[in-house]
Amino acid sequence: MENGTIIRTTDLVKIYPMGEQSITALQDVNLTFGRGEFAGLVGPSGSGKTTLLNILGSLDAPTRGSAEVLGLRVEALPHKKAAELRNRHIGFIFQTFNLLPVYTVFENVEFPLLLLGMATAARRKAVMDALEWVHLADRAKSRPNQLSGGQSQRVAIARAVVKKPELVLADEPTANLDAENSHHILHTMENINRELRTTFLFSTHDDKVIGHLRRKITLVDGRVAKDEPGAGR
Amino acid sequence: MIRFLLKGILRDRGRSLFPLLVVTAGVFLTVAFYGYILGMMNNMIRSNANLRHGHVKVMTRAYAQDIAQVPNELALTGVAALSDELRTSYPDLDWVARIPFGGLLDVPDDEGETRIQAPVAGLAVDLRTSGGPEPGLLGLAKILVRGRMPRVPGELLMSDELARKLGLDIGGKATLITTTMAGSLAMANFTVAGTIRFGIRAMDRTGLIADLADLRRALDMDDAAGEVLGLFKDGIYRSDQAAAVLRSFEGRYAGRQGEFLPAMQTLAEQPGMDIIIGRMRYATSAIVFIFLLAMSLVMWNAGLVGTLRRYGEFGLRLAIGEAKGHVYRTMLAESLLIGVLGSTAGTVLGLSLSWYLQVHGIDVSSIMKNITFLMDTVLHSKITPLSFVIGFIPGLLASLIGTAIAGRTIYKRQTARLFKELES
Repeated sequence: MENGTIIRTTDLVKIYPMGEQSITALQDVNLTFGRGEFAGLVGPSGSGKTTLLNILGSLDAPTRGSAEVLGLRVEALPHKKAAELRNRHIGFIFQTFNLLPVYTVFENVEFPLLLLGMATAARRKAVMDALEWVHLADRAKSRPNQLSGGQSQRVAIARAVVKKPELVLADEPTANLDAENSHHILHTMENINRELRTTFLFSTHDDKVIGHLRRKITLVDGRVAKDEPGAGR
Repeated sequence: MIRFLLKGILRDRGRSLFPLLVVTAGVFLTVAFYGYILGMMNNMIRSNANLRHGHVKVMTRAYAQDIAQVPNELALTGVAALSDELRTSYPDLDWVARIPFGGLLDVPDDEGETRIQAPVAGLAVDLRTSGGPEPGLLGLAKILVRGRMPRVPGELLMSDELARKLGLDIGGKATLITTTMAGSLAMANFTVAGTIRFGIRAMDRTGLIADLADLRRALDMDDAAGEVLGLFKDGIYRSDQAAAVLRSFEGRYAGRQGEFLPAMQTLAEQPGMDIIIGRMRYATSAIVFIFLLAMSLVMWNAGLVGTLRRYGEFGLRLAIGEAKGHVYRTMLAESLLIGVLGSTAGTVLGLSLSWYLQVHGIDVSSIMKNITFLMDTVLHSKITPLSFVIGFIPGLLASLIGTAIAGRTIYKRQTARLFKELES
């Protein structure tokens, strides 16, 4: 992988068997992403956005072709190595936030660092830094059910970036948010992208997100239909 | 990490309190039920022992060979000396002399002529010695229907059904016609002091309870008795101790010949009791096994449901980078913790109830109708070494296995699928 490239897919194909038939979710996808990109996969439902995100996140394996993430071939990774890749290098942001309801904001953000085995003092500092980035340091002791949707998604962002991963995969991160909160969230992510040089890859069909993308890849029926610069700065 | 997971367990009641309660309740019920079943079995053995067999029974060798015929002509003599000797040699047991008897009961009319007659079968026990054990052993007070306990010579207790059939009221007179120990005709007059309900069909048709001294006089059985029963003072039949008493007693008469020498039988050796005890043990084991199986299924299911409802959480943890093996191991550790705590709590509670029932019992006579001769109106329980583990091990294993099986899906299912379930 040449300098600066963190993701490369080569002739990537994903087929889901459905009884006697099969559905081709991805067809010959060839893409590369460099460090610090703020890019998005756009397209209608069923176009393969989430499937591609899952493969890049080592949550799924391609049927054919290759997906290389941070120099590791996802299709060849054993479960343990795939977990390690996600643990150390990839952050996830979900449409429905998926905070653990019984834990506080601080503890939710702390969880990935516990898996990394980070020392207590360093962990505490990293968590508070991440909460500062998303302007929620004052809500560290709150429970998820005490937060608004926008605040919850900001906690999810803090959880995704607390370990300072090279790559953040965000699946429809603003789908459950109003315009104002969406704007705040995207602004936060843009700041982190600039400050930490973290690569953000979105799956979205939300115009608000699309407006912030610096690179827009349109998927149609599992194929890359367009790969063009976005309107984002 | 352990602290983090413990916080989750403590805060999430669905993950801690509910499974804990299910395991605690399951183990509690298992332990208490097991104790109760054992207690009930003991009660049945106790009732049979008190009524008929004793925990050990001494009679003559000839009487023992023909015991079903109740052959009073082959009864023990010198019973006072024998009883004293037994009390001295085996102080752990209470020793009581009894005479089972049969005969014809003749009820006269106002002219003194026979109005009606009926065959009777009775038991002569020491009813009048103040503080004697017999009324308590036979539970006579609780089965008394009319009248009172005999207080003066010549009074007896009669089955209420028999008394009604013979038209006898309290204070009514009847004559017992039977044979003496020497085989000659015997007649003795009695007054009905009270009527009782045995709850056993044969005994309700023909049963009498008379005082031992009255019967001895009537049957010329001075210082004689058909049987001397030995009962452990705590009322619990212990086959090994009974066998030890038997061996010791037989040792005294070993090598001596004579059909009127005393012979001893344990409860389990007496006709019918070996089968009853054997069947009761099988039945008890079967009931306990079925109950245990049902409780294990409930606890297994709780473990299963508890894990299934957390698939979303597991999907998230996998996405964040936790390894499948780690997720699985933490699930098992949580389940083990819940299993240990629940099983301990359940065992302690179950043993506490069993202990209370074993020591004090609960008298339910006020809510029971038609109390019978063999029925113990005090609920009893019994704790054995098995009581300590009979609930604990299934409680621990059932919840652990339920979680282990449900958790296998984490391995079987693709990570992306679990991830998808997280979103749903």
